[in-house]
Amino acid sequence: MTPAIEVSELRKSYGSLEAVRGLSFEVGRGEVFGLLGPNGAGKTTTVEILEGYRERSAGQVWVLGHDPAVRDRQQQERVGIVLQSCGFYPRVTVREAVEHFAKAYPRPRDPAETIALVGLEEKADTRTKELSGGQRRRLDLALALIGDPELVFLDEPTTGFDPAARRTAWGVVRRLKELGKTVLLTTHYLDEAQALADRVAIVKNGRIVAEGPPDRLGQGSARYRVSYVSDGRRVEHQTDDPTELLHRLTRDALARGERLEGLEVTRPTLEEIYLELTAEAEAI
Amino acid sequence: MSALALAWEQFRFERKLFWRNPSAAFFNFLLPLLLLVLIATAFASDDEELEVLIPGVAGMGVLATTFTALAFNLTLLRDEGVLKRVRGTPMPAGAYLAGFIGSAALNAFVQVALVVAIGNLAYGVEWPREPLLLVLFTGLGVVCFAALGVAFSHAIPNEDAAPAYTNAVFLPVIFISGVFYSADDLPRALEVVAEALPLKHLIDGLSEAIVGGSGSAVGAAAVVGAWAIAGLFLAVRYFRWE
Repeated sequence: MTPAIEVSELRKSYGSLEAVRGLSFEVGRGEVFGLLGPNGAGKTTTVEILEGYRERSAGQVWVLGHDPAVRDRQQQERVGIVLQSCGFYPRVTVREAVEHFAKAYPRPRDPAETIALVGLEEKADTRTKELSGGQRRRLDLALALIGDPELVFLDEPTTGFDPAARRTAWGVVRRLKELGKTVLLTTHYLDEAQALADRVAIVKNGRIVAEGPPDRLGQGSARYRVSYVSDGRRVEHQTDDPTELLHRLTRDALARGERLEGLEVTRPTLEEIYLELTAEAEAI
Repeated sequence: MSALALAWEQFRFERKLFWRNPSAAFFNFLLPLLLLVLIATAFASDDEELEVLIPGVAGMGVLATTFTALAFNLTLLRDEGVLKRVRGTPMPAGAYLAGFIGSAALNAFVQVALVVAIGNLAYGVEWPREPLLLVLFTGLGVVCFAALGVAFSHAIPNEDAAPAYTNAVFLPVIFISGVFYSADDLPRALEVVAEALPLKHLIDGLSEAIVGGSGSAVGAAAVVGAWAIAGLFLAVRYFRWE
């Protein structure tokens, strides 16, 4: 089976500005893939090319084996889209909006069940204008899922959510994964990528600066930090091989008859790796 | 669901949205009728003036329900991102726009029918002499002004600017096109402008269908038709979903 998404040497320029400068990645079927990066990194441009909203300047793009630049109704039926900011029809309720959008799909999900899936059942008869920011985002999600898509694009789906709403949304994404759906997620929130994505790519200035499973990102940079307090000061070592380092440190300490006060072995969080990588890319 | 069935669903949905929007219902239906009744009652006591006013207000109704309403609503839907959302679904563009524009077209036909009915029942103006011609001219006016409304929405920068842009066209055009009085009484310079624009010709055509006697239907249809073609070209050529 072909990958759900294949992107090869994708480029996009707006006039003289190059927003995307040769991105390549693949997303397997059933995979949750995260695109991480600061504002203006080219994430949304990339996703909107995959969604068919923008034309690429160069490169190859395949979405479910189809070129998204060629609009095709059957293709749209297999894809669900949560855009970054996107309004609703005025003066309709949540239920009416979901039921209306369901009609465009050949095999839609049950509207009531979809509303419940995103946790909006109590708001089903509320007009969209009266929803909070987080509730509107959940309706975005319901509308993206109503067609029972194979592939779901989520462009910063939890921006503006309170912590409880984020947990609900994360639950929905995990549920999508259980159902075998492919998810392409962009996010600012590193914990979100860490919690949801099987693999992430960190994008900076239109290029991927790192790619891999969240817990294995940043290979090549020191991955473990060992620190302890000596003479009232915290001493820190970085290593790829903490076993050897710890052995040496504890052996020396024992030989001196000291204790390693406040000994800690930590792995850098995705956030630290992200900051390190995006800072490096900036220095280049 | 076929594209045709989807267009029908969209049309029904648009009808529901329309009736939930009191200000749209007011500007589309009540305001032209209110103006008709006020002016007819206050000024147009003789039949000759009524025979100018009835086709004039009918033409204004077509302009308000199609050009103004579509330019305004399309700008709002684009600015709010509703068009972009629709674009991300399998809904065919043609089906969506057919439902959306069809709803405005229905408003135009209902408005013309109301104006004609009020003219007859309240003011004793004769029923249209050529009902078929009335339907044809209303239809041609709908195509022309709907296309121009869609095209004009491309020129409106955002939602906040929409009322100013649409009224900047609507108000001058109705005053020079012979809605409330015969355009023949206008100063020459304004008459030239009115002659070049489609509303006066639509009103001439409606007048021919309702009152008859001017023999100007073919020329009027040609001008409205030419604007319709230009409007369709611009509407399609510059359409933006976001």
